[in-house]
Amino acid sequence: MSTSTTLEKPNTGTWDGGNEPLKASYGKLMMWFFLLSDAFTFGSFLIVYGLSRHKHLPYTGDAETFTFSTQWWPIPEKVYNSFPGFHGVDLPLAFVALMTMILILSSVTMVLAVEAGHRMDKNDVQKWLLWTILFGATFLGCQAWEWSHFITGTEQGMLLADGTQIFGANLTVNQYGPPLFADLFFFITGFHGTHVLSGVVLLIMIFINTVNGVYHKRGHYEMVEKVGLYWHFVDLVWVFVFTFFYLI
Amino acid sequence: MAMHHSDNDMHQNGEIPKAQTKAIWKTFFILVGITALEFVFAFFMEPSTTRNVIFIVLTLFKAFYIVAEFMHLKHETKALIWTIIIPMALIVWLMVALISEGSYYYESVTNYFN
Repeated sequence: MSTSTTLEKPNTGTWDGGNEPLKASYGKLMMWFFLLSDAFTFGSFLIVYGLSRHKHLPYTGDAETFTFSTQWWPIPEKVYNSFPGFHGVDLPLAFVALMTMILILSSVTMVLAVEAGHRMDKNDVQKWLLWTILFGATFLGCQAWEWSHFITGTEQGMLLADGTQIFGANLTVNQYGPPLFADLFFFITGFHGTHVLSGVVLLIMIFINTVNGVYHKRGHYEMVEKVGLYWHFVDLVWVFVFTFFYLI
Repeated sequence: MAMHHSDNDMHQNGEIPKAQTKAIWKTFFILVGITALEFVFAFFMEPSTTRNVIFIVLTLFKAFYIVAEFMHLKHETKALIWTIIIPMALIVWLMVALISEGSYYYESVTNYFN
């Protein structure tokens, strides 16, 4: 290896690239800016949801007598009211509560991994990363179930004016309400799910690197911090999706 | 595994400090508490604009705790905090613009074309 280009000591002057802007490393800063742009994408998605909701008729009648109709926007509690293994039982928002808990827990195990990284505790980093991967994968499984239930539909389905009955939802027909409702469900939760999937892939990569001692030799676990930032962002987006999709 | 351990110990200089996880678990319980509160409102309060405002405020609280504590933004420099927060004004702008657009569309369709 040529030694002529190697510096005797690192540059420290401001104009020699010696200091970090905003006192954050390059990688972390770029992750923040990426997440900012991603927040715009998710923000736009959710705002379009708000727009289409405001331009459709809200359901004004009694919640007890609510029926699915393309005339009005559905009440979320009536759409998301099933739980695996409890067929036909009305459990409004129970499954989404479980999914929210899983994602919050995965966020906590991720912070614990980052904290262990600060202490250079390789075993703890491994342990907490593994938990995070487990919770992330569980969340993805839950979402797969939620999607397949949404697509298959309920036994009652929806009776159209011309007498035909439709079950479940796809991009053009939707038993729960206006077709746009299903489209936005697929796009927003799907885009979020894709983010979770990418997050799990990243977590598996840094887990393998941690086990191989890559970060330990490097002397810091900053990569865990950067993936952690991404993972918390995914949790943050879910907090908003949860409110605007399932509660309001 | 055993081989990794010995390799590990060679690089380790001194004891591993004890984990400081109190603040992390505190944030976790705050997040769980706010989520539970949201469910209480979802089940025991009639849907209304007030309820929606409560939901949004609680969501913003949760977002604050995730971003400030878990993403550590509270402990970064002031300039970085504002670099992230100020562009969010664009989102607020888009939200106000498009939601009022939706309401206007609905109103004109129901009032003038029905």
